[in-house]
Amino acid sequence: MAVITIDKVSRWFGNVVAVNDVSMEIGPGVTGLLGPNGAGKSTLIHMMSGFLAPSSGSVTLDGAPIWRNQAVYRQIGLVPERESMYDYLTGWDFVLANAELHGLADPAAAAKRAIGLVEMEYAQDRQTGTYSKGMKQRVKMASALVHDPAVLLLDEPFNGMDPRQRLQLMDLLRRFGADGRTVLFSSHILEEVEQLARHIEVVVAGRHAASGDFRKIRRLMTDRPHRYLVRSSDDRRLAAALIADSSTAGIELDWQERALRIQAINFPQFTALLPKVAKEAGIRLYTVSPADESLESVFSYLVSS
Amino acid sequence: MNLTVARLTVRGLLGRRRGILLLVAPVLLLVVSLIAKNSDADQQALATDILGRLSLGTLVPLLGLVIGTGVIATEIDDGSIVYLLAKPLPRWKIITTKLAVAIGVTWLFAAVPSLLAGQIMVGTQDNLALAFTVGTLVAGAVYSAVFLLLGVVSRNAVVIGLAYALVWESLVGNFVDGARTLSIQQWGRSVAHTIATDGAITAPVALGVAVPLLIVVSLAATALATVKLAGLTLSYDE
Repeated sequence: MAVITIDKVSRWFGNVVAVNDVSMEIGPGVTGLLGPNGAGKSTLIHMMSGFLAPSSGSVTLDGAPIWRNQAVYRQIGLVPERESMYDYLTGWDFVLANAELHGLADPAAAAKRAIGLVEMEYAQDRQTGTYSKGMKQRVKMASALVHDPAVLLLDEPFNGMDPRQRLQLMDLLRRFGADGRTVLFSSHILEEVEQLARHIEVVVAGRHAASGDFRKIRRLMTDRPHRYLVRSSDDRRLAAALIADSSTAGIELDWQERALRIQAINFPQFTALLPKVAKEAGIRLYTVSPADESLESVFSYLVSS
Repeated sequence: MNLTVARLTVRGLLGRRRGILLLVAPVLLLVVSLIAKNSDADQQALATDILGRLSLGTLVPLLGLVIGTGVIATEIDDGSIVYLLAKPLPRWKIITTKLAVAIGVTWLFAAVPSLLAGQIMVGTQDNLALAFTVGTLVAGAVYSAVFLLLGVVSRNAVVIGLAYALVWESLVGNFVDGARTLSIQQWGRSVAHTIATDGAITAPVALGVAVPLLIVVSLAATALATVKLAGLTLSYDE
């Protein structure tokens, strides 16, 4: 069983603290490392993959330090975020080279197996420089899996992928997790993490904000008050109709914006109510926009709760 | 020596027409030597100038710079080095393999043309061709080690390398005698001086100084490059 332990880790760059006193354990199964851009996810993954030393604290794999310990790479497969990958090599040559660098007994067989896992046989003879982003991601996966590692670390693996490629990769990662491997991927997109990981670790502004079952944390996120900005053909009448319902907690008539600022406490009930009430009252809705749906505000709420 | 690292390094260095670009300098040297051969000037003095100043003094450091930094700096810059480093591969093996490739390619593009150019101009006279070739081999190896180190430690390896080769060795070295003691070019010249017939090549740095310096610098640069590579921190966008 491969477990990565991050123990009281901080990392700073000059005066900037990228990761602040974070402790977490990443065990078998799929774990999502979630947080807005700049939260410290990449810093954490770089430390977990041995490409960055913690300023304080320790990062270990089954008790062995990861920094300056190349032996850990027998157990770790890394899928970096950057795309550069010896563009002049074919997919086959690239994966084969990775197998050889691991010193495997039969690198060709290992490369064949890994390329088969990511279903890239059809393009293995093309130069990786001609690959789409999704294809590159899959060949990077193959190179990370070529030595059958117990740990797979992926930095923003879904960036730039189309929906079909995304589903394929998710399916693959789910299988690895089910096989008992320790799979950790970072993402700033809630829905991605929701589809893939039962267990999540949330980092916000370099701090460990939440850890545990995704559904519980998601419920915390969806149960928070939602704010909407609504413009209609008759704001006052709409406000009167909406405030009568228990899904709204407050409505403000914003004269400068010529809009309603609505605070909803029951998200599903409110989203069903609004169009219904408007239709019954003969009011036309011009704008319905969530005022605080940015991921940062979701995370801020999570941290404060 | 790791054959996979060597293969990737050679392809990265010479692939995509880069090899053809590297050929420009040696071809230029051969063309100049052919022109010199057909001129009426003193062949020995001309050959000493061409092999000493153009080949050893200019082409070798420039090729050493392009090749020495090229075997690793590009991979560090674009991040692809991660595929070498995320392996249970001793870092000294990566460095020594890349150094071997750099030295081999520098010798191929600098020392072989130097030997040919010498043969064209003066044949075996005064051992000039052989002497400058050995000097080029020695200097090429040291340049490779130093510029490889620069490629590992700095993102501005080419600029720093150019400053060393052009400003320190060529400019400062011409005016300040002491600067020549710390000049790879002069160490190569010192070796050439001992091989050539007496007086055919002048060398301001004694062999007893040059040889220990070139050995120490090469070994130290290689060791330091290994240490730095082992602690390489990848840049990221966050």
